[in-house]
Amino acid sequence: MVQMITADGERVENAEYDKLVADLTDEDLRGFYRDMVLVRRVDNEGTALQRQGQLGLWAPVLGQEATQIGTGRATHPNDYIFPTYREHGVAFTRGVPPETLLGMFRGVSHGGWDPTENNFHTYTIVIGSQTLHAVGYAMGVQRDGNVGTGDPDRDTAVMAFFGDGASSQGDVNEALVFSASYNAPVLFICQNNQWAISEPSTRQTRIPLYRRGEGFGIPGVRVDGNDVLAMYAVTKASLDHVRSGAGPLLIEAFTYRMGAHTTADDPTKYRSSAEVDAWSRRDPIDRFRKYLVNNGTADEAFLTSVDDEADQLAARVRAACIGMPDPDPSTMFDHAYANPHPLVDEERAWLAEYNASFTDASVAGGE
Amino acid sequence: MEKLPIAKAINAGLRKALEDDPKVLLMGEDIGPLGGVFRVTEGLQKDFGEDRVIDTPLAESGIVGTAIGLAVRGYRPVVEIQFDAFIFPAYDQIVTQLAKLHNRTAGTVKTPVVIRVPYGGGIGSPEHHSESPEALFAHVAGLRLISPSNSNDAYWMIQQAIQDDDPVMIFEPKRRYWQKGEVDFQNSPGDKHRAHIVRPGTDLTLAAYGPLVTTALSAAEAAQEEGKNIEVIDLRSLSPIDFETLAESVNRTGHLVIAHEAPTFVGLGAEIAARITERCFFSLEAPVLRVGGFHLPYPPSRLEEHYLPDLDRMLDAVDRSLAY
Ligand SMILES: Cc1ncc(C[n+]2csc(CCOP(=O)(O)OP(=O)(O)O)c2C)c(N)n1
Repeated sequence: MVQMITADGERVENAEYDKLVADLTDEDLRGFYRDMVLVRRVDNEGTALQRQGQLGLWAPVLGQEATQIGTGRATHPNDYIFPTYREHGVAFTRGVPPETLLGMFRGVSHGGWDPTENNFHTYTIVIGSQTLHAVGYAMGVQRDGNVGTGDPDRDTAVMAFFGDGASSQGDVNEALVFSASYNAPVLFICQNNQWAISEPSTRQTRIPLYRRGEGFGIPGVRVDGNDVLAMYAVTKASLDHVRSGAGPLLIEAFTYRMGAHTTADDPTKYRSSAEVDAWSRRDPIDRFRKYLVNNGTADEAFLTSVDDEADQLAARVRAACIGMPDPDPSTMFDHAYANPHPLVDEERAWLAEYNASFTDASVAGGE
Repeated sequence: MEKLPIAKAINAGLRKALEDDPKVLLMGEDIGPLGGVFRVTEGLQKDFGEDRVIDTPLAESGIVGTAIGLAVRGYRPVVEIQFDAFIFPAYDQIVTQLAKLHNRTAGTVKTPVVIRVPYGGGIGSPEHHSESPEALFAHVAGLRLISPSNSNDAYWMIQQAIQDDDPVMIFEPKRRYWQKGEVDFQNSPGDKHRAHIVRPGTDLTLAAYGPLVTTALSAAEAAQEEGKNIEVIDLRSLSPIDFETLAESVNRTGHLVIAHEAPTFVGLGAEIAARITERCFFSLEAPVLRVGGFHLPYPPSRLEEHYLPDLDRMLDAVDRSLAY
C-alpha cells in the first residue's frame, strides 16, 4: 500500500512517488488541508440539514476527504470525471459550488449542474453504471486524437469513481473489459470504504480490490486513501500514464466511511464501534494537520483562518439550501425529450388546467 | 387477529415460509444483520442462519441469475430487490431466462423464484427510488405479478407466491410499509390472483392496486359526502388480472376509473380499459378513464405530489366519468 504520511503525521520516503510531489509548494500543501477541512464542514452541514428536514437524504463523505481531494487536485481541467453520488470532495476541487450538490438531495433536481462546465459529470445513483459511460467517453477522446500527443493542453484522461460494493456489478466488470480491449484512457478509482451499506468488502471480493483489474489486463495499485499526499502522487502518475495512451489503470483508495452510508442508514446494526474508533485514529485531516504543523508549513493563524473560512462556507451552504425554492410543477415536463413531444405537451397542458381549476390557491400552488 | 404494519406482515409471512419448507431461501443486498433497508427481513438471518438468509454481493443480475440456478436445483429462492429501479441490471435474467425456462424445457424445469420489489413513490427519495415498473414485467409472459395493499394480503400473498411453481414478482407498496392492518393468521383470503371488492358501491367502479388502494378508499369516502356511491376494487394481482370481478362490477355500475402511479401511457390501465370495453361495451355509460403518472422520468421528490395521483385526481376522474 502506498503511503507517504503515516497516521501520526510522519513523512515516509517513497522512491517511486516522491518525485511527483517534489514541485508542490507549501502553498499547495496548505491548499490540500484547506480543501479537506472545507469539504468536511460542508459534509457535516449536509448531515445537519437532513436532520432538520431540509434535505430528503444526504450521503456523507466523512473520512474519505483525502482520497477525494488527492485525486481531484491531481486532475487537469480537460480531464473528465464520472462520479458516483458521494464525490462531494472531488466536485469541490472541480469548482462545482457545494450548495449546488444539495439540490439532488433536497429533491429539487436530478443533477443541478452543467457537467460540461467543469468536466464533472452528474451524480449516478445506479451502482456502477457510470463506469461504462467513462469508458465510452474515453473512447471518444481517443477518436478525437486527444491521447498521447505529448501536448499537455490537449491530452485528456477520464476518471471513473466507484465503490467496493460496485466492484461486484456486471457493468463495472464490463467497463474493465471494454477499457482494456480498446486501451481507453480511463483511470478507475475504487474507493474502498470497507462497506456497501451493511455488507463488508469481503462480501464483494476475496482478493484485494486493486488486483481486480489484473484478469482484465489492467494494472492496479493500492493507496492509503487517508493520505492526501499519496493519493495525489499516485493519481498524478496514473493520469500521466493514461493520458500518454498507455491504457487504463485502477487505483484502490483504501479508506473508511466514518459516518453512516446515508442519513437513512443505521450502521450500529452491522459494525462495531471498535472498528470505527480504530479508523478514526487514522483520520485524514488530523494526520495532515500534524504533518504540516510539525514541519512548520502551517501555523496557528493559518489553521484558524481555515476554520473561519469553513464556518463562512457552511453558513453560505445552509442559507442557499434553505432558500432553494421548490421548482414550478410545469418544469418537470421540460426536459423529458430534447424535441417537442405531443403526449408530454398534452399532459403539461392538462396539469396546468387541472391546477388552475382549484380555487384554493394553496392547493394549486402545491404548498 | 393482530394489527401489524405491512412490512412486519411480510416479515411474518417470510418467517412462516422459512419454517414450513427447508427449501425456501432468502437472497438480497443488506437483508442479513441490517434486515434490509426497510427492515422487512429483520431478525430472519439471526434465526435461520446465513445459508438460508443470504446477504449477496451488490449485483442484481447475479442475484436473480443464481436464484434461477438454485430453483433449477430444487430450492425456492425469495429475492429482494432493494428499490424498484435497481431491478434493471437484473432485467435480462428475469425476462430472457426466468420467465422462459419452463417453456423452453417443455415443462420439465420449474423456476419457483419470488422477486420482492418495494415500489412506488411518495417517500421523498432521490432518483430511482420511487418508480412503478410493473407494466414492463406484466408484458412478459411466464411471470406472475401481485401487489398486496394491506397487511393481511401481505402476510398471505408472500407465502402463496413462494408456494407457486411459477416465478412470481411481488410489488410491495413501500410508502405503505408502516401502515397497520389486521392480520388473520388462520384464514387465508384465498386465490392470490383474485381481485377483492374492498368497498361495495353502486355508482362507479374505482380500481386500484398497491399503494393507491388506500387513496382510492379515501376518495370513495370523500365522494360519499357528495352522495356518490363508489365501489373500490383492489386488483391484488397484476398478471393475471381478474377481469371477471372487474367486469361483474362494471356491469353493475356502468363506470370504471382505474388508478395507478405508473405513467398512463402503455400502463396497466390501458390494458384494463381495452379489455373492459370489449366485455362491458353495452353496460358502460362512459369511457373507461385512467388516473396515473405522466409520461416523464419520475420527478425530483419536491414535485412528486404533482406527479402522483392523489385523492383529488381520482375524484376529478370520478366526476368526469359520471358527467357522461
Ligand atoms: C444497481 C443498484 N443496486 C442497489 C442500489 C442501492 N445502493 C445504493 S448505495 C449501495 C451500496 C454501495 O456501496 P459501494 O459501491 O461500496 O459505495 P459506497 O456507498 O460505500 O461509497 C446500494 C446497495 C443502487 N443504488 N443501485
